[in-house]
Amino acid sequence: MTTSTAPGVAPSTPAVAPPTRGRDIALLVGLGALGALAPWIAPHIVTQAAFLWLMILFAVTWDINGGQMGYNSFGNVFFFGLGVYACALVQRDSGLAYYPALFIGTALGGLVAALGALVLGPAILGIRGHYFAIATLGLSIVAADLASAWEYVGAASGMTVPVFPGPITDRSRFFYYLLFALAAITFLAARALLSTRLGLAMNAIRDNEDKAEAMGLHTTRTKVFAWCVSAFFLGAAGGPVGNLVGFIDPRDLAFAGATFGVWMVLMAVLGGKGTLWGPVIGAVIFHVTQEAFWTYLLGWQRVAMGVLIVVIVVFFPTGVAGWFARMRRRNEAVAPTAVESVR
Amino acid sequence: MSNLGVLVDAPILIVQLVVSGILVGAIFALVAYGMALVWGVMNIINIAQGEFVMLGGYVVFYLDRAGVHPLLGIPIAAAALAVLGAALYPLVIRRLVDRDMFVSILATFGISILLQQLADQLFSADIRTVPSHVPGLSFDGGLISIPGIKLAGFVAALAVGGALVLFLRHTRIGQAIRATAQNARAARVLGIDTDRVYATTFALNCAICGAAGGLVVMTWFVQPYLGLTYTLRSFMIVVAAGLGNLPGVIVAGSALGVLEEGAGFVLGAEYQTAFIFLLLIALLIGRNLMLARQRKYLQ
Repeated sequence: MTTSTAPGVAPSTPAVAPPTRGRDIALLVGLGALGALAPWIAPHIVTQAAFLWLMILFAVTWDINGGQMGYNSFGNVFFFGLGVYACALVQRDSGLAYYPALFIGTALGGLVAALGALVLGPAILGIRGHYFAIATLGLSIVAADLASAWEYVGAASGMTVPVFPGPITDRSRFFYYLLFALAAITFLAARALLSTRLGLAMNAIRDNEDKAEAMGLHTTRTKVFAWCVSAFFLGAAGGPVGNLVGFIDPRDLAFAGATFGVWMVLMAVLGGKGTLWGPVIGAVIFHVTQEAFWTYLLGWQRVAMGVLIVVIVVFFPTGVAGWFARMRRRNEAVAPTAVESVR
Repeated sequence: MSNLGVLVDAPILIVQLVVSGILVGAIFALVAYGMALVWGVMNIINIAQGEFVMLGGYVVFYLDRAGVHPLLGIPIAAAALAVLGAALYPLVIRRLVDRDMFVSILATFGISILLQQLADQLFSADIRTVPSHVPGLSFDGGLISIPGIKLAGFVAALAVGGALVLFLRHTRIGQAIRATAQNARAARVLGIDTDRVYATTFALNCAICGAAGGLVVMTWFVQPYLGLTYTLRSFMIVVAAGLGNLPGVIVAGSALGVLEEGAGFVLGAEYQTAFIFLLLIALLIGRNLMLARQRKYLQ
């Protein structure tokens, strides 16, 4: 059994290669403009569009530790749930006005989640490979059970958030922009992180943790830090999502391991894990497909989702980005072999 | 926690919990042995293990409705699940052999979601149970009572386990399975059709789960979403016992049964799932810390 390396991931290359920087920035500006204008282009699907940004955030944060570091977590939704509850509690109990409470709650949600990763990280990140995957599988389920038994957070009947001070159309638009901004910041932060030495250290841990450690990298510190970054953005997303939905259910929203928890893994795999743009592409494809399922397969959408998971994993293990890379390699391969034969 | 006082006042109840735990532990051990078989032979961790148990339970439930005695339903459930396993193998499982283990975890997780959602659609989310018609035993003036079905389940689990060991030791395909587990490449060189071995192993595992599901629906109940707890129990037992270690699996299964009965009694049934998961995380961290002293890790 091989662990610690993750086959199916492209060999370690810097995530932001210099020649692609121009294309990268063009893509970013294009997406940014599209995101900013979307509520005016398609006003009737603002909520779904807000969830699209959430899905992108999910996939990108998962990929920080799953794809780039090789620690495939099934429990990252735990941090999202911490953020959801932290923000809702600030809004309920702090006595602040709506907007200050929301923003402080959102920031606090991120910090609480990062703290959670900091506390759990050293022990859980010591477990490697598939053992890590299965250990984290339990995290969100334990949290959901405990939250549904704890009266202070509303137990199994959940929590409601304060009413938005304004008309309903402004409400969804407001949270759309909040989630759009969060997703954009998350992506840029992940992009910046991966171009530093720390990003290279994460890739080294993915490729061979023992060698990385032997070369003097502080593997535990790196792993915990990366998990904290991932957790921070997930936790920060929790507050706005709790408010957008309006009702916080411990099992179906906050610690939704069987939906959000698995989806974030899938979206990253579908797009191509361990790449910068892969998770974004995967999230877009996945979210659109999922919305189509909900619209056209009423009642059977979750069954279809199960089929989709199996198909993605079995037939597209390297994802869209992996497919592109293979195509590019095939095109480039033509020239060198020609030279080779002349020599 | 008030039940802790009850245990101190009436220590005889501890005996009851231990006996009951060992008996139900045999069912957990059975499912875990199936998981260890697939893991050891095919290098696949089957997350859908619990869903096969759940489906076995539903087969026995619907047979009982049609008038078949539940104990007779168990072999039928095993056969039905073996057919399902044989059908799943060429569709999905074959493509997971020799792949990264993360891929197999994620793919079988997909199968697990698919099966539980199908069960929800087809059988509804209601809790189903089947009366076992087996008389119980009681000792010490009724203070210790053993439901007949737990005893029957224990015996049946041991019988299936014993049959399995004999099958693996003495039939040709059983020997081929063990050879493939030791070294798939060498087995192929020696002319063993490893593809058929894998198909048989997977179908066999499904049959074991089906039989266990029949015992589960008689001892407790089934509902579409109970699968994951059985998967994790099996995983925990296998991690504690190691692969290909039948006595270890039985001991670990009994220990888990006793711990769960005790925790269920002291903490209350609503924390049972959380308890299993916390135990799993604690077990993994604990084993890892022990190995870390020799600069090793779980693999």
